[in-house]
Amino acid sequence: MKISVRDLQVSFGDLRVLDGVSFDVAPGEFVSILGPSGSGKSTLFQVLAGLLEPDAGRVEAASSAYMPQKDLLFPWRTVLDNTTLGLEVAGMPRRAARAKAGALFEPFGLSGFEHSRPDELSGGMRQRAALLRTVVQDRDVLLLDEPFGALDSLTRTAMQEWLDEMRARFGWTVLLITHDVREAVYLSDRVLVLSPRPARVVHERTIDLPHPREVTAAAAVEVELRGALR
Amino acid sequence: MTATLERPPAAARPVPRRPARWAPPVVVIALLLVGWQLGVTLSGVAPQVLPSPLRVVEQGWANRAALWTNTLPTLQVTAVGFALSLAVGWVLATAVDFSPWLRRALLPLMIASQTLPIIAIAPLMILWFGFGLLPKVLVIALVTFFPIVVGLVEGFARTDREASNLLRSMGASRWTEFRYVRLPGALPSFFTALRIGITYAVTGAIFAEYVGAQAGLGIFMNQQKNSFRTDLVLAAVGVSAVITLALFALTFLVQRLVAPWIRR
Repeated sequence: MKISVRDLQVSFGDLRVLDGVSFDVAPGEFVSILGPSGSGKSTLFQVLAGLLEPDAGRVEAASSAYMPQKDLLFPWRTVLDNTTLGLEVAGMPRRAARAKAGALFEPFGLSGFEHSRPDELSGGMRQRAALLRTVVQDRDVLLLDEPFGALDSLTRTAMQEWLDEMRARFGWTVLLITHDVREAVYLSDRVLVLSPRPARVVHERTIDLPHPREVTAAAAVEVELRGALR
Repeated sequence: MTATLERPPAAARPVPRRPARWAPPVVVIALLLVGWQLGVTLSGVAPQVLPSPLRVVEQGWANRAALWTNTLPTLQVTAVGFALSLAVGWVLATAVDFSPWLRRALLPLMIASQTLPIIAIAPLMILWFGFGLLPKVLVIALVTFFPIVVGLVEGFARTDREASNLLRSMGASRWTEFRYVRLPGALPSFFTALRIGITYAVTGAIFAEYVGAQAGLGIFMNQQKNSFRTDLVLAAVGVSAVITLALFALTFLVQRLVAPWIRR
């Protein structure tokens, strides 16, 4: 198991946020956590990323790289130097870090923007740069906290298709937070549904469908319209 | 790759051309000077009371050697005093950012230091430290360090919590987080504070010199006022205004060199 969580409990003062959350994530698996707003999804990630100590419960997590909701690309760094941030913090020499991150610019659709400033990128490109910064750290698990939540619907759909391909290509183990049911169904091997606060896993659904996932008749029209909009 | 990735946004709107930016202040200043000149000429007021701008320029030029000899010490005192202020400001702000205890201990003291009436403190400084560089440097530091500290402390504190979390998830220490995020993130508000501080610095220097100095624009103004040379007092005021404007402009140059990414 890459991640094993048992009976996790977190409270902030009197406010109970996580109330006995348990689940596993297997190597190479793509698991989504679906839950209403304010249900403690981000709190769960903070525990997994080692930013927050739980009050009770057991967490066994392989090393993880955390991608927060905001892209948090720093304006004082070029796009390339933003993506090497985690490597530099880990002590990798700058030249090696740049070579390593630079090799991912092509598959991430960022070629030619290595030396641009983040504000020269579109919303989708910024999220891909933030994901690159996460992936390049070579951790065992990617923790993605609503990575496409701030994007417009067209860009979001394009990004979901792209993430689906990338994940198949690189074989990442992913734990994704979302409140977009379609996103969860489109991308995941398994979906965990959290209850409103205090959160616990109330439903679990394995999705054994091939990738890329077939679309329904109505969604096929949607795909055609999206194609025309490009 | 089948997924279509969208393009980057078009280039930002160009900034207005230079003449458009410089014209309004030039027009206003020119109008004020013309009004002043006309007022003095038409009313026939004595030059000891109010000299015309033309006379100020003319007499200032005639006494340019004396003005220059007194400008240099003022520049020197301003530079040393402001450098001290910057050093103290950075050390205090960084210390306060790392230690909540120090923040609680020092901030009230710093605020209290700003309630000191400089007009009463400056003569005491001379009493304590003589007519040399030190009392003037201290007065300048006292009047300029506060905006710098406040600008930095607030700049550090404005760091996005999520950015801190991101760095911590990467395994960064508090110091690494400071260096990678808090420090660069504070630069915009630092440069704003720097501009406020530098405008006080020249005035602070002149004030300190006015109370007592061997040379400097401040003591020059004091002496000329006592000889009823209002025109030369105003010529010295003009020089100090030019210095302040030049230093103010210099901060933008430094900002472009140090932090070219700051958008204006």
